[in-house]
Amino acid sequence: MRKGMPKGCHHNGAGGEMTGKLKSGRMVVEGSYAAAHAAAMCRPDVISAYPITPQTHIVEDLSQFVADGAIDSKYINVESEFSALSALVGSSAAGARTYSATTSQGLALMHEVLFNAAGMRLPIVMTIVNRSMSAPINIWNDHQDSVAERDAGWIQLYTEDAQELVDTTVQAYLIGEDPDVSLPVMVCMDGFILSHVFEPVELLDQEKVDEFLPQFSPVRALDPENPESFGMFVDPEYYMDFRYLVEQAMDASRQKIADAARKFESAFGRYYGGLIDTYHTDGAEIILVAMGSLVGTLRDVVDDLREKGVSVGLLKIRAFRPFPIDEILKVVARAKVVVVLDKNISLGTGEGAVTTEIKAGLYDSGSDIRVPVMGFVVGLGGRDIPVGTVQRIVEKAKTVAESGVSGRSEFVDLKHLRV
Amino acid sequence: MKEIRIHGRGGQGSVTAAELLAIAAFEDGRHSQAFPAFGVERRGAPVMAFVRLSDQTIRLRSQVYNPDYVIVQDATLIEAVDVASGLKPDGMILVNTEHSSEDLALETEATVRTIDATRIALDIIGKPIMNTVMLGAFAGASGEVKAESIKHAVCDRFPGPVGDKNADAVQHAYDRMVKS
Amino acid sequence: MTLPYAPIGKPGSSVANKTGGWRIFIPVFNAELCNGCGTCETFCPEGIVHKIEGGDTFIADYDYCKGCGICARECPKDAITMELEEK
Repeated sequence: MRKGMPKGCHHNGAGGEMTGKLKSGRMVVEGSYAAAHAAAMCRPDVISAYPITPQTHIVEDLSQFVADGAIDSKYINVESEFSALSALVGSSAAGARTYSATTSQGLALMHEVLFNAAGMRLPIVMTIVNRSMSAPINIWNDHQDSVAERDAGWIQLYTEDAQELVDTTVQAYLIGEDPDVSLPVMVCMDGFILSHVFEPVELLDQEKVDEFLPQFSPVRALDPENPESFGMFVDPEYYMDFRYLVEQAMDASRQKIADAARKFESAFGRYYGGLIDTYHTDGAEIILVAMGSLVGTLRDVVDDLREKGVSVGLLKIRAFRPFPIDEILKVVARAKVVVVLDKNISLGTGEGAVTTEIKAGLYDSGSDIRVPVMGFVVGLGGRDIPVGTVQRIVEKAKTVAESGVSGRSEFVDLKHLRV
Repeated sequence: MKEIRIHGRGGQGSVTAAELLAIAAFEDGRHSQAFPAFGVERRGAPVMAFVRLSDQTIRLRSQVYNPDYVIVQDATLIEAVDVASGLKPDGMILVNTEHSSEDLALETEATVRTIDATRIALDIIGKPIMNTVMLGAFAGASGEVKAESIKHAVCDRFPGPVGDKNADAVQHAYDRMVKS
Repeated sequence: MTLPYAPIGKPGSSVANKTGGWRIFIPVFNAELCNGCGTCETFCPEGIVHKIEGGDTFIADYDYCKGCGICARECPKDAITMELEEK
């Protein structure tokens, strides 16, 4: 019984004894199925989600699990994403472990609730199946949806393949529910590229997950026996201090994110990085920076180019929030050029958020590292990023590595415009 | 690493074919990756699905531009889509048709193989659903995956008599390609 | 293609897309069995079944008919049969 839940409360959505059992082991499954399975393994008390391409398979799979009695979660059907997250805010405040998944316009519809969830310090975990923002309407992948919410106070973790998505979902609960953190977490997977791919994934074993992930023990929870208001009205006397507390929690989460990844490695034998991951960055003159599935392609490109004698390495940003600037600075300190591939753009700045934030971090008064940063806006709306495109980007980087001077960020692979 | 592109029409099970191929290759002990050409799909519209097969972990996430193999589930697509686009000159294209490869007049240096998969499907399965037949033919023509693994994947996905009939059709197509 | 300043386009483009080539099975309409009830027209999801010109029986527009078979299934007189189309 969770602290604060009224006696006799049922949170079993199936309403009966479990009839099906979820399989575990290594097999070829769809990325979405792996996501749903991972969430199920974390034993969420309450799930509420609204379908939107390309997240739909996740919610279909989860509702099937609930209908089959394979998981013991209450599934709340709602009419919109705004309601989905609102339902989870209420549930989480009552002490329930909660889960949702959304995308693009759906995430945008949740916008005000995102700020509420973080401000109320509720460790909701949500899979974001990254997709572009309308208009134009486009259902394909880029990172605009989650990057646009970077100010809200949610931890944001980006995954490079279906397995990492599984592993990180479990870690997300550990991180978010830590009493020093107590913040909601977005676990991001590239829409279609990872959600609709079939590849070998190890579906986790329930017993092992139970060993790894303790039951949710909230710092505070709604309790009818001891009524309290959550998310109170606060005047200028207090508001700013509460915001500082959230920032402090974000700071505390840095170590927790790193620790959770290592703890997972001990238990399950896999490590995808902590706040960041690096690939051949030692001594590399050119450092490519990216998040999500693009990292996979870049690993191949780095191997290929290094064989041809190019001094290039890869820095994978796994946690975008909190922004791992210290870790990034350590990696790029002796590089000749940092090349950021942003699958997002902050319109009006001409560049993506990762580019801007790295430049800002380098400019910090505490750091005397001065390496040029090149920003490339790539892959918006699902525009494919073939190996050739990356190679052309590296060619440009070579010039900057020599001159030490970088220019403005640029859009890559535009097709129908003369720029 | 080998890359395969499957051409079909919505409703012909091209995505399922890609998935079954990935599962079969995994059973053979290889790494696999299968994905649709992320389109807005509807019955009858041309669709594409892709498969990557490798003995190493597959990290590449871009689309397939130069496939080693192309599978065409519906010959009428040849008029509408450049099915041989990017196909490696030393690759192979397998077309579901009652016609011969010469009659197809495909512009490609790659090997052209044909099989009347719809006929086999109608005869053995009783329906013109030939995606599994094409997989059997692909296994026989390319040697990239074992017929047993495809049959296993098919029976797992479609248990009971439906799966069995499909498995028979897979074997039949496999044998046909190996012999010719 | 020159892009307009915003994603604005013309509606009604599906007429240009002759989907008849997608068929595997073709509906054959038997005028003798047909009672002119129009059920086939009502049920056709593409809206391409219509009265024969100058008559009371129905036929599909084979430029667009995808051979889904719904008309044959719904016809109360079994006047429509789905046959494998020779290509």
